[in-house]
Amino acid sequence: MNPLLTDELRNEPPEKLAVHHVSKTFHTAHGPVAALDNVSLHVREGEFVCLVGPSGCGKTTLLNIVAGLERPDRGEVLADGKPVRGPGRDRMVMFQEPALFPWLDVLGNVLFGLKLKPKLTSAQRREVALFYLQLVGLEKFIHANIHELSGGMKQRTALARALAPNPRVLLMDEPFASLDAMTREQLYGDLQRIWSERKKTIVFVTHNVREAVCLGDRVILFSPRPGRIREEFAIPLPRPRDINSVDVAQYATEITQALKRANLPEHTS
Amino acid sequence: MKRWLVAVSFFVVATALWEWLVRRGIWSPVLVPSPLDVGRYLITAAEDGTLLQATMVTLRRLVVGYVVSLVVGLPLGLVTARFAVCQDTLGLVALGLQTLPSVCWAPLALLWFGQTEGSMLFIVIMGSLWSVLLATTAGVQSVPPIYLRAARTMGSRGVHTWLKVILPASLPFVVSGMKQGWAFAWRSLMAAEIYVTILTGFGLGHLLHYGRELHAMDAVLGIMLVIIAIGLLADKLLFARAERWLHHRWGTGAL
Ligand SMILES: Nc1ncnc2c1ncn2[C@@H]1O[C@H](COP(=O)(O)OP(=O)(O)OP(=O)(O)O)[C@@H](O)[C@H]1O
Ligand SMILES: [Mg+2]
Repeated sequence: MNPLLTDELRNEPPEKLAVHHVSKTFHTAHGPVAALDNVSLHVREGEFVCLVGPSGCGKTTLLNIVAGLERPDRGEVLADGKPVRGPGRDRMVMFQEPALFPWLDVLGNVLFGLKLKPKLTSAQRREVALFYLQLVGLEKFIHANIHELSGGMKQRTALARALAPNPRVLLMDEPFASLDAMTREQLYGDLQRIWSERKKTIVFVTHNVREAVCLGDRVILFSPRPGRIREEFAIPLPRPRDINSVDVAQYATEITQALKRANLPEHTS
Repeated sequence: MKRWLVAVSFFVVATALWEWLVRRGIWSPVLVPSPLDVGRYLITAAEDGTLLQATMVTLRRLVVGYVVSLVVGLPLGLVTARFAVCQDTLGLVALGLQTLPSVCWAPLALLWFGQTEGSMLFIVIMGSLWSVLLATTAGVQSVPPIYLRAARTMGSRGVHTWLKVILPASLPFVVSGMKQGWAFAWRSLMAAEIYVTILTGFGLGHLLHYGRELHAMDAVLGIMLVIIAIGLLADKLLFARAERWLHHRWGTGAL
């Protein structure tokens, strides 16, 4: 068939994020570190994409570049077709490190981004913040201090803070890595629910292949440093998915094997 | 309640012991006045108003000097942390001058300002400004970069980032710097009042000085107690509260 016609007939949702041939090298005291090498990635509106790869392969770097916190050496990132020049409220980040502000309580943290949104009264801001705190199940802890929260509650707060400015895109960097299995499973359910209710586009970084399969429409596999996209897997499983289901396990096994191959040095494969 | 009781009985017993030692002549009353004499001095001095007046004079100098130190030291600390040029110049000056006991400024201050409130304030400010400045700088430089990145993604820029992220994130440092600055201001002022006679008002330091001249050790000890009491009160009313709030919010200092 004519490729133009195929495109017409597929009727795909518009492209939300486009990463075009991005490369990034850090210059450190020990010499240059190539973090990303010619990475291209396309994410559709409303898609849930998981990035998996060995430690140090540049996943965080890629997320930072998409967030506009870091500039690529080569290539560019488009969000809604427009080049990313810096951070924007349309792309919120949940960081790998704890990034909640300890001088604010839970509500204060969620309000921080909202207060920077013009054209809202303070009553409306509060209402929005409470809505998202309820969405993540923290309505009873709005005045708790950050250090009083459990690890899972901290991540829920961070999620509410990232959701509050109503970004179209969520960039999540191993948000559940430090949590116990029970809490994590709960959060998988919550995240899938929020994602479908709020119609977000999510790019989710993880080391955990099962987690990636459970959450993602697509799982993208990175090769070791310098990060390149190695393989891509579509996960056409129905939702909501259970991390312990057989289907998820099957896909996970397949990807884990590919990951093992990817972990070998480049020239042997 | 129980801890309160322990503290009170500790001081009652200590005072009683002191009184007993003086009465038995084990401590010569010429060298150590009895607590009753000290108390008597404090009551008369309080009644004739000298104590209150001296305290007010001293406190006014202290507060004015300290507030100036804060108003100047905080922004200078921020600027020093922000610009490498300031770090290499102002930062070094501050570091050097912090080690200098500020009463060393007295000869120059008298030359520049004469026997006025100005030279008194100058000495106080030289005493406390630098620790406020240095603590602010240290606080800003210790802010985890992740807070700044998070704030940027939420749309915080420039002045907003300074006021809403950097300043609160460095508060633990800033508060301990303010506390240190207060202690230094207090010390500097006492040294200055003992060292420099200013005609515009007799502070607690002067009373102490005259007590020494007249060999009225009950007065000297009484004034010392007042100075201690003011220091304690300032700590409990101002800094202890701020620190408690910080510990509460940050979850530090659990013991
Ligand atoms: N600011 C920086 N300065 C110097 N080197 C950096 C910097 N940030 C990242 N790197 C290097 O770039 C490489 C990729 O880092 P990145 O944090 O993106 O990896 P990652 O895939 O997120 O790893 P992990 O899964 O362990 O979080 C690493 O080798 C790291 O040392
Ligand atoms: Mg990472």
